Amino acid sequence: MLHIINQSPMNSTTLDSCLNTANGGDILLIEDAVYAATRGSATEAKLRSAMGRFKIHVLMPDLEARGLGDRLMDGATPVDYSGFVELTVSNKTSQSWL
Amino acid sequence: MSDTKKFMFVNRKAPYGTVYALESLEVVLITAAFDQDVSLVFMDDGVYQLKKGQQTKGIETKNFSPAYRALEGYDIEKLYVEKEAMEARGLTEDDLLVDVTVLSRAEMGALMDEQDVVLSF
Repeated sequence: MLHIINQSPMNSTTLDSCLNTANGGDILLIEDAVYAATRGSATEAKLRSAMGRFKIHVLMPDLEARGLGDRLMDGATPVDYSGFVELTVSNKTSQSWL
Repeated sequence: MSDTKKFMFVNRKAPYGTVYALESLEVVLITAAFDQDVSLVFMDDGVYQLKKGQQTKGIETKNFSPAYRALEGYDIEKLYVEKEAMEARGLTEDDLLVDVTVLSRAEMGALMDEQDVVLSF
C-alpha cells in the first residue's frame, strides 16, 4: 500500500498518524512533507526508525523547490513525477494523509 | 517621528505548501512605503522561507525567495530568526539567504511584547 503525505511534519500530525497506523509499504513524501526527510532535521530519526517497515520515497521537485535538494537523508529514495505515477500503479491501494 | 509605530510580521509557514509566505511578503513590501518601524520574525516552519538555493522550476511555481534579499533596499532591515526552530530543522545561519539576528524563544517573546502592531502569517 502507498501512503502519501503532504503536510510539514513539524506543523501537522499526519506523518505520526501514518507511522502509528499503517503496517508497512511505501511512503511518499510530497509538498511540505519533504522536510521530514532532510538531514539534520528533528524528524530524520523518526523516519529512520520507520525504515524497517516502510520504504520512504521523496518527490525531488518539491525538495529542490525548498532549497534542500542536496539534503535528502540516507536511505530515502528520490523520485520524480513519473516515479510518483509508478508508485500509484504498483500499489493496489493508496491513502493520502491530508 | 512620533506617529511611527512598531510593526511586527510573524512568519510561521513554509514557503510553497500554502500561500501564507508569499502573502506576508507582499504585505511587508506595501508596509515599507509607509515609513514604519518594521520587524520580520521567522519562527517554526517560517524559517524555511529563508533557505538558500530554492529551485522551483520542477514545481512550476514562482521562486519568490530572491525578494527577501531586496528588503534591505526598502529599509526593512530587522529580520529575526528563532534559534530553536532553525536548529530543529537542521539549519544554520549559513543556510539562510540574508543576514538575520538569531534570537532564543524567550527573546522572541520579549520582542513581541514591545510591538504596537503584530500581523501573523
